[in-house]
Amino acid sequence: MDRFFFDIADLLAGSLVLVSFMLLYQDRLYALLNVYALHAVVLALSVGWQAFIQHAPHLYVTAAIALGFKAILIPVALRRIVERLGIHREVETVGGTGPTMLAGMALVALSMVVMLRVTGGATPIAREDLAFALAVVLLGLLIMVTRRNAVSQVVGFMSLENGLVLAATGAKGMPLVVEISVAFSILIAFIVIGIFLFRIRERFDTVDVQALDQFRGERR
Amino acid sequence: MSVGHFDALAAVLLIPLGAAALLAILPGYWLAARLNVAATFLSFVAALSLLFRAHGAPSDYLLVDDLNVVFIALNTFVGFTTSVFSASYVAHELEIGRLTPTYLRFYHAMYQVLMFAMNVALVANNIGLMWVAIEIATLTTVMMVGIYRTHEALEAAWKYFILGSVGIALALFGTILVYVAAQPVIGEGLRSMVWTELVSRAAAFDPALLNVAFVFLLLGYGTKVGLAPLHAWLPDAHAEGPTPISAVLSGLLLNVALYAVLRFKMLMTADAAALAPGPLMVTMGLVSLVFAAFMLYRRRDIKRMFAYSSIEHMGIIVFAFGMGGPLANFAGLLHMTMHSLTKSGIFFAVGHIAQVKGTQRIADIGGLTETHPWLGWGLVLGVVAIAGLPPLGIFMSEFLVVSSTFARSPLLAIALVFGLLVAFGALLLRLNSIAFGEPRGGSAPVTASYAPLFAHLALVFAAGIYLPPQLVTWFQHVSRVLG
Repeated sequence: MDRFFFDIADLLAGSLVLVSFMLLYQDRLYALLNVYALHAVVLALSVGWQAFIQHAPHLYVTAAIALGFKAILIPVALRRIVERLGIHREVETVGGTGPTMLAGMALVALSMVVMLRVTGGATPIAREDLAFALAVVLLGLLIMVTRRNAVSQVVGFMSLENGLVLAATGAKGMPLVVEISVAFSILIAFIVIGIFLFRIRERFDTVDVQALDQFRGERR
Repeated sequence: MSVGHFDALAAVLLIPLGAAALLAILPGYWLAARLNVAATFLSFVAALSLLFRAHGAPSDYLLVDDLNVVFIALNTFVGFTTSVFSASYVAHELEIGRLTPTYLRFYHAMYQVLMFAMNVALVANNIGLMWVAIEIATLTTVMMVGIYRTHEALEAAWKYFILGSVGIALALFGTILVYVAAQPVIGEGLRSMVWTELVSRAAAFDPALLNVAFVFLLLGYGTKVGLAPLHAWLPDAHAEGPTPISAVLSGLLLNVALYAVLRFKMLMTADAAALAPGPLMVTMGLVSLVFAAFMLYRRRDIKRMFAYSSIEHMGIIVFAFGMGGPLANFAGLLHMTMHSLTKSGIFFAVGHIAQVKGTQRIADIGGLTETHPWLGWGLVLGVVAIAGLPPLGIFMSEFLVVSSTFARSPLLAIALVFGLLVAFGALLLRLNSIAFGEPRGGSAPVTASYAPLFAHLALVFAAGIYLPPQLVTWFQHVSRVLG
């Protein structure tokens, strides 16, 4: 029975990596937000399952936050921002989709090699969870690097934070303090970003980060 | 263990927090600026009393030991002097309309939140709490950097936010890995995140896991220290935000991130089987030093130039701590203290200079010693100090770093001296055109408060000539603790 529990946990964590890959090749902003919502749903399922097999009821709170806040509230809010500001619906990427996907695969392989090798002493479930979590974190970084649009960079950052939540729940018995702080930091981060998006709008009529780059301080 | 001890610790944390709440609702510049000064002064007094009392037993969340009282005292002192400078700085900004009263209220409240977050990070005994505090400090400074809402300020804040978040995310992953390494030995729950507990039982941790954790932590917190190649946010954030924030960023926040790195370095050293953290830190420090030294030559913005100088000095400090051993650690601690005092002092001068000249472009500033003798000579003294000329404090600490390195690995020392000389040349070259020669730019009289600037310079000067023996024994003791 235990083996079965682990398999489900692995399946869910693995799905999160898969959804991260889906984020990587979206070229429409709305589609990107939808896939991000799916990302958060998978995270919620994964955390909920961990709560069940670890008999850790406080993790259900984390799962609920992931579901309500990240899967519903944030995508809806970001969608409204995109609508109201009239941002370009296409996502500009640096480099083609093909090379990005290849780089993504290399990052996943890297995280498996690194994490599975060093976590020999940890419990099997924590081991695989951490490996998947590192893959999600690295893929989130890749999204941030390959996107030029501020909204999609934010999505990349939030998927990265999802990977961190996965890692924190996989580490058995990690105090609740940290999970709340993770969720809370996303909240704060989101407010900050929201403020910035509106401020940027006031000045530029665009949220394309490349447009911002023209105003390098050195070139005044 | 006394009740008074706990009170002082509580005061260091609660005074900024209470002041932040009060400043958020108080209208009016005059009252807010004075309250800001009073609150930082009270925190400084509380921190001083921590310094002279016996340390209490650490709790699961908070800890006061010989290492962090040095940081707390420095943090609150520079916080206090910066608030004095800030009072006269923001008055001018308000006058020319760069800041509105609403934003000013926000600014003062954020200043206190930042002081609170940095103090929490310094007294945290829990690696999770430490992470949360550094995250809050990052977010508050992001908002302060963007406060002018110009193109450049927004871009700087965005860049800082993205790079800072990536750094902080990597640090959290490292923190989780430390917990995973500790959990089989200490057991589940809170105890496995308590730093004192971790260090005392680190010898039994899985070394491989700890190695990976340290790499993440060094990269994550190293981003906040401003180590190359993760430094890209630092010059922009310094150049575009209000100058008091540049002073606090350079003088304090970089130190707080460095403190986090040092704590984890001690953890690594406690596990004999784990990777030695020294070589990693030495490499990153040296790369930052040499890189920043060359970058100093091409700066056209005065605040940006001193931001690169901060990267250079953080490189030296990380290098010294990476070398390890009592002498190099002593030099690192001394250099950190001297750099905080000098660099924030320089930013006090630069803030007023940019205000009277109406620009930050180096090409438009000139002959400062003629038009504004006090500011000009203050800047000259500060730059002479930061460049490492005798008899000022930084000369002594740099000399100690170099000589202790020569004794152990001459090749590294040659690279170190090379970087120092390159930076020295760049700073003096720029200083020459700013302070002397044909007067350029505005020559309106200044209403500046010189007290913070000259207080810092006097301390640096005094430390270069005579270090009190109590301070020396104190630093020596801390250096041994650092290992």
